[in-house]
Amino acid sequence: MVAFVKEVLEGFWSLIAGLGVTIRYFVKPIVTVQYPRQKLTMSPRYRGHTEFVIDPETGTHRCIACEMCSRTCPSSLITLTGVKVKGTKSKRATSYVIDYSLCSLCGLCVEVCPTSALKFSEEYRLSGYSRQEMVIDILERLQSQQRTLGLAVEVPPVAEPESEPGKPEKPGKEEASA
Amino acid sequence: MDILTFFLGADGARMLVGLIGVIALVAVNALFLIWLERKVSAHIQLRPGPMEVGWHGALQTIADALKLIGKELITPEDADKIVYLLAPIIIFLPVLVSFLVIPFSPTLIIKDLNVGILLIFAFSTLSVLAILMAGWSSNNKYSVFGAFRSVAQNIAYEIPLLITVMSIILMVGSFRLTDIVAAQSGLWFALLQPVAFILFVICATAETNRAPFDIPEAESELVAGFHTEYSGMRFAIFFLAEYTNMFIVSAVGTVLFLGGWHGPFFPPVVWFLLKVYFIIFLMMWFRWTFPRLRFDQLITFAWKVLIPVGIVNLLATALVIKLV
Repeated sequence: MVAFVKEVLEGFWSLIAGLGVTIRYFVKPIVTVQYPRQKLTMSPRYRGHTEFVIDPETGTHRCIACEMCSRTCPSSLITLTGVKVKGTKSKRATSYVIDYSLCSLCGLCVEVCPTSALKFSEEYRLSGYSRQEMVIDILERLQSQQRTLGLAVEVPPVAEPESEPGKPEKPGKEEASA
Repeated sequence: MDILTFFLGADGARMLVGLIGVIALVAVNALFLIWLERKVSAHIQLRPGPMEVGWHGALQTIADALKLIGKELITPEDADKIVYLLAPIIIFLPVLVSFLVIPFSPTLIIKDLNVGILLIFAFSTLSVLAILMAGWSSNNKYSVFGAFRSVAQNIAYEIPLLITVMSIILMVGSFRLTDIVAAQSGLWFALLQPVAFILFVICATAETNRAPFDIPEAESELVAGFHTEYSGMRFAIFFLAEYTNMFIVSAVGTVLFLGGWHGPFFPPVVWFLLKVYFIIFLMMWFRWTFPRLRFDQLITFAWKVLIPVGIVNLLATALVIKLV
């Protein structure tokens, strides 16, 4: 009999304690970030798609069009072209396009780049109506970023005109070595 | 008004006007309650709830109603057609009738019957019949299980509810709801008999099939229980009946325990509605706090805990009345 009464009272008190928990939650502010009216800030290590690093000294990208990234990419989604810049020994990228619909964010391209020209962006607001909209032009993205920052906009170098066919190349000319 | 009085008599005219008012109240109430339920449940879970349609989702219920209207009305193949179609209507009628005797303010009462309380409880039992009709005629074993459980639950919880109400009636000495409200001009009965108040709220939650007693509509267990096979507007009527039933039961609780329309500064109607919606908020609070009771736990709770406590309370009240 006493045990019954004790059980009822203890049970009732536990119900009240439960109600206390929920009412405390009721008055707390909500944790939902109501996108798109409010936006989240991504952490620095967030992996969005790749983009060019803007070198602080030159104000533009460091890509030398060595094609190591496109060769190492397991999904073969990087397409890039580059030309040797007249007057220097090195090449420079003239176009850099990735097919983000295939990207697995593995980071091999970022890791393998010899000049550390690539990094992960913090871009998460991607949506489109077709697969084609997932193809991202990285060079164009760099140019628009430079415009926003007020830096000089990168102009992709033009290819050197080819030598006339038939004429043998003179030795000692600065041809693109291996 | 005079034409009405000529054809229907003063009483009849009053009832017709009251009926129209009640239907309007039912609609607006459901609109408000569904929005309130979603907001309360959302904030308890630290999320915003409906925010898009109208200011803070206020028009969300209308959008849902429009969606439900547009749905196809499906009748199962071997369903008992007449019973199937009658069930939503019968679940709604007792609730409408119960509005006859609720005193919203000293003057706003459609018919001040001298057996007010009795009428309300007599008619609320009819909704159990409607649940049984709905479950059985759906030709679906899950609906039938839901219906059986609901009937057992409603019968089990009707008893402590009536015992609790009896202890209040003993104090007042009359079934008339206006008398009960008038007797609380000094001290609310919830303060005089807190045990009865708690018991009443628990039984009211069980009577309206609200969580934690919502095994009949156990959303995660029986698909949707006895109203599984109802689609579109028919389902909306069950939904509407549930929320209106919540209002009725909270109104009865307000009249019996919280002093009806008594209150210092605002007009009496405002106080009445505030108190009703306070009890409804309690019921919503329970829903998001307590886990659902298993069916045998539900019945055990009613027979082994609530009825003994109710009887003890009734005996104590009778003793005090006799001695004082």
